[in-house]
Amino acid sequence: MKYITVIGLEVHAELKTKSKAFCSCSTEFGAEPNTHVCPVCLGMPGALPVVNRQVVEFAIRAGLALNCDIQRFNKFDRKNYFYPDLAKNYQISQWEEPICLGGHIDINVDGKEKRVGITRIHMEEDAGKLVHSGATISTSDSSAVDYNRAGVPLIEIVSEPDMRSAKEARAYMENLKAILEYTDVCDCKMQEGSLRCDANISIMPEGAKEFGTRAEIKNLNSFRALERAIEYEVQRQQEVLEDGGHVVQETRTWDDAKGITLSMRSKEEAHDYRYFPDPDLLPIKVDDAWIARVKAELPELPAQRQARLMEQFNLPAYDAGLIVATKAMAEYFDEAVKKAKDPKAVSNWLLGDISAWLNNENKEIGDLVITPGNLAELTNLIKEGVLSSKLAKKVFAEMLKDNKSPRQLVKDLGLEQVSDAGAIEKLVDETLAENPQSVADYKAGKDKAIGFLVGQIMKKSRGKANPPMVQELLKKKMQ
Amino acid sequence: MNLYELTAHEAHEKLVKKEVSSVELTRAVLDRIGAVEKDVHAYVTLDEAGALAQAAKVDAMIAEGRPIAPLAGVRGGSKGNISTKGLRTTRCSRSLENFIPIYDAHVIEKLRGDGTVFLGKTNLDEFAMGSTTETSYFGASHNPWALECVPGGSSGGSAAAVVSGEALWTLGSDTGGSIRQPASFCGCVGIKPTYGRVSRYGCVAFASSLDQIGPITKDVADAALVLNTICGRDVHDSTSLDVEVPDFTKALVQDVKGLKIGLPKEFFAGMDEDVKTCVMAAVKKYEELGAEIVDISLPHTEYAVTIYYIIAPAEASANLARFDGVRYGYRNQEATSAPEMTAISRTEGFGAEVRRRIMLGTYVLSSGYYDAYYNKAMQVRTLIRRDFEEAYKKVDVILTPTCPVPTFRYTDKMDPLSIYMLDVTTIPVNMAGLPGISVPCGFAKGKPVGVQLIGKVLDEMTILRAAYTFEQATEFHKQFPRLGGEK
Repeated sequence: MKYITVIGLEVHAELKTKSKAFCSCSTEFGAEPNTHVCPVCLGMPGALPVVNRQVVEFAIRAGLALNCDIQRFNKFDRKNYFYPDLAKNYQISQWEEPICLGGHIDINVDGKEKRVGITRIHMEEDAGKLVHSGATISTSDSSAVDYNRAGVPLIEIVSEPDMRSAKEARAYMENLKAILEYTDVCDCKMQEGSLRCDANISIMPEGAKEFGTRAEIKNLNSFRALERAIEYEVQRQQEVLEDGGHVVQETRTWDDAKGITLSMRSKEEAHDYRYFPDPDLLPIKVDDAWIARVKAELPELPAQRQARLMEQFNLPAYDAGLIVATKAMAEYFDEAVKKAKDPKAVSNWLLGDISAWLNNENKEIGDLVITPGNLAELTNLIKEGVLSSKLAKKVFAEMLKDNKSPRQLVKDLGLEQVSDAGAIEKLVDETLAENPQSVADYKAGKDKAIGFLVGQIMKKSRGKANPPMVQELLKKKMQ
Repeated sequence: MNLYELTAHEAHEKLVKKEVSSVELTRAVLDRIGAVEKDVHAYVTLDEAGALAQAAKVDAMIAEGRPIAPLAGVRGGSKGNISTKGLRTTRCSRSLENFIPIYDAHVIEKLRGDGTVFLGKTNLDEFAMGSTTETSYFGASHNPWALECVPGGSSGGSAAAVVSGEALWTLGSDTGGSIRQPASFCGCVGIKPTYGRVSRYGCVAFASSLDQIGPITKDVADAALVLNTICGRDVHDSTSLDVEVPDFTKALVQDVKGLKIGLPKEFFAGMDEDVKTCVMAAVKKYEELGAEIVDISLPHTEYAVTIYYIIAPAEASANLARFDGVRYGYRNQEATSAPEMTAISRTEGFGAEVRRRIMLGTYVLSSGYYDAYYNKAMQVRTLIRRDFEEAYKKVDVILTPTCPVPTFRYTDKMDPLSIYMLDVTTIPVNMAGLPGISVPCGFAKGKPVGVQLIGKVLDEMTILRAAYTFEQATEFHKQFPRLGGEK
C-alpha cells in the first residue's frame, strides 16, 4: 500500500533580548550557573512577573515576517506541570489568545513551490537546565539545577500539518531559520538549543480522508536530524501498519547516534496542563501604530533578497536561494560584489570551494578569515586573466590561512598567468617540435590530440600559461 | 495612659514634641509583648534587636532636628506572609518554617523608607487560608477580648497584636475578608484598599486576582496614614494601578450629611441577633449624623462564596506549586527521586486546609472541568461586579455587617463549609475589587462587632470619611481589652 506522510512542526526560538521575559536578569549564554537569577526567575514567594516589552516587539516582528495576523488583544496563561527546572512549577505561556495567528512560509523542493501554513505563534518563558551527576539521568545519584536560562523568552511557532516529506520539512525549517535570522529576533543556533524543533508525524493510506494517529518527535537539533528522524519514523509507522498494528499517539525522542526514535510517554501519561489566564499579568494590547512601525522597520527578508540577487546580479534562482539561506552568507556576498567584476564568480566561490571548506571544517561563514574584499579581488584576478582558475585554488588555500591579499600572493608565489603572446608562442613551438606524432594525429582528424598538447604546454609553464591563448595558437599553427 | 495604647498619630506627636523617644516607645511595646504574648500569641517571629536599632536611628534624626515621616519610629508588625529581607517569613507553614527572604516586599521597602520600626512577623492562617488562625503551623492566636475565642483570620495575629498593645498598628492582607473580619472580631480598624492600589510584590500569592495588602489600626486616622505610605504604582506589579494617590488624611473630616448609604438586603440575612443590633444601631447613628439610608439589592451575592472557592483555590493551586523543596523550604530527606521528593515534601509541608484547597483548585482547572467551574465562576464574578456598579448609581457607600457573627470559641470549631460561609459579607468586595473598611460598632455580649463600609472603585476617601465620622461620634475605638491581670 502507498502511504501519504503528514508532518507539522513546532519550533521554539529563543528571543535575542538582553533581559529575560519577566524580569531584568541578563539572558547571556554560558555564564556561571545561577548567576543570572533574581526572586522573579527563581520563583521566590511573593515575586511577580512583568512583561519585557521587547519580547512582544520581537514576537510581532517575527509574526509579520511570517505573514501572520498580529492579535490586537492577547494574553498570558499559566501552563501547570511539576519539574525541578521550572522554578514556579508553571510556565507562563499563551494558550487561548496567542499574539500571532495564521501565517505561512513558501518553500521550494525540487523546483516545486509550496505554501506551508503557520497556525500560531505564542510567547512563553524557557525553563532552567538540569545538570546530572552521571552520564545520563538514570545513572545519576543527583542532579543540580541552573536557573540562568529560566525566564529567557521564547516564541513557539506552530505550523499547519501541511508538509508531506522529510525534504519539505527540512525546507520549511531552513526557511524559517533564515527568516528568524534576518529579522534578528533569534540567533538560531540549533546545537546550542536557541532554535529547537519538535515534529508531529503521521501517515495515512493514499486516498484516505482522515490523518493517521501522530507521534511527536522531540530532540531534533539539526536539519539533518529532522530529516533522518522523519524518514525513520515514517518507515517505523509503515511497518507497524503493515504488521496489522496501530500507531500509538505518543511522544518519542530521536536518538541521533543510533538513528532511531524511542518512546518517551504515551497519551495517557501526558500532562493535563490546566491552563488558565495568569492573574499576575494584564492582557497585552497591540495598537495599529505599533504594528505599522514594526512593519516599516522590517529588514529585507530572504525571499526578497533572493529575488534581488537574481535581478541585480543575474544569478540562477537555485544559487541565489542557497546564498540567502544564511544571513551571514548573504551579507558576505553583498559585501564582496561591491568590488567584484564578476558577481557570478563570487557566488560560485561561496557555494563551491568556500561552502565545501566550511562543511569539512564544521565551521560557519563568520569563522572565515578571508574578507569579502579579498574574495572579490581573487575573482577579479581571474577575470583579468592574471591568474588561472586552476592556480586560483592554490592562492585560495593560502588565503584561508591568514587572509593575505590575493594579488600579493600571486606575486609572492610567482603564479602570475603568462598571457604574453611571444612567450606562449615560444612554448607552443617547442612543444610542437617535440611531439610530431601528436601533430600528425591531429591533422589526421584526431581532435583529442590537442588536449594532450595543451597539457604538455601547461606542464612546461607550471600551470601559468593562459589556456585559451594556448589553445588558439596551437590550432592556428597546426592548420 | 500606657505608651502601648497610643495610636500611630498620637505617638508621632509625642515623638516630634520629644515627650517620648522612639527607643522608649519601642521598649514599652516590647515589654507589653513580654507581658501578654504568652496569652495572645500574635507573633511568629520577633526582631527586637532590629526594632531597637531602627528606633535609635529615628531618635538620632529627631535629635538632629531633621523632619521625620508620620510613621517613622512608630511600631508596626507585618503579617507573616509579607516578605522581609533577612527576617524569617514563614507564611505560618511548615513548608517555609525556616525561610529567610532575600528581598523586601514593595510595601516594606516603602515603610522602611519612612523609618518605620518593625517588630516582627504576625501569625496568620497557613498561607492566609482560613478565618481563625487555627490553620497556622505555629498554632492559633487568641482574641484579646476573649482568650478562649479566635481573633479571626487570616490576619488574626495582626489584629490581635493591635488591640493587645503588642503593636501600634500592623499590616494584613485580604483575599476574601482577611483584614476586615479579624478587625471586626478584635475591635479595631481594617481596610482593604481597591485591588491594584497597593503593590502585591513580596506578599506571598494566595489568589493573585483577589489579594490586597492593607493596614490594621486602632483608629481611622492611622489607617489613612498607613495608606498614604503604602499606596501607589509599583513597576514590579503589573496589576498595580497607575493612578494618582490622594492624601488620605484629607478624608478625616466629620461630615456625612447627604451621603447616600445603601443597605443591601442580601447581606443582612442570617445574622447573629446581637450583631444585627449593633449594626442597625450604627445605621441609626449615620441617619442622626445626616446620612440618607437607601435599601438596595445585590442579587448575585448568594453565589459569591461558591465562586470564591473555585477562583481562589484555582489560582492558589498554581501559586503554591513553587513550594516543591527544590530551591528553598521544607524538603523530605528520604525521597529517592525528584518527583517523589516534591510529592512528599508538599504532603508533609502543607497542612490539611492548604492541601484541601490545592486539590480543589487542581480539580476545577482540570481538562473537562475548566468550563463548568472556572470559566463559569469568572462569568458570575462579572455579574457580581455589575451588581455593585448598578448599586453605585443610587448610593455613595454600601454598609453591611463585616461578619454575620462575632468571634467564637475554638471548641465551637465548625466544618470547613460553615466557616467558609462566614465570609459571605466580605468576599463579594474582593470579587469586585472594591475598597472596604471595617470599624468597631459595638459589642455582642462583650465580643467586638464591626460594621463594613464598601466604596466605589478607588474611592477610599469616601469610606474613610464615613468611617471617621462614625468613629468620632462613638467611643468604641477607645476601648481596650484587659489582659495579663489588668483591671
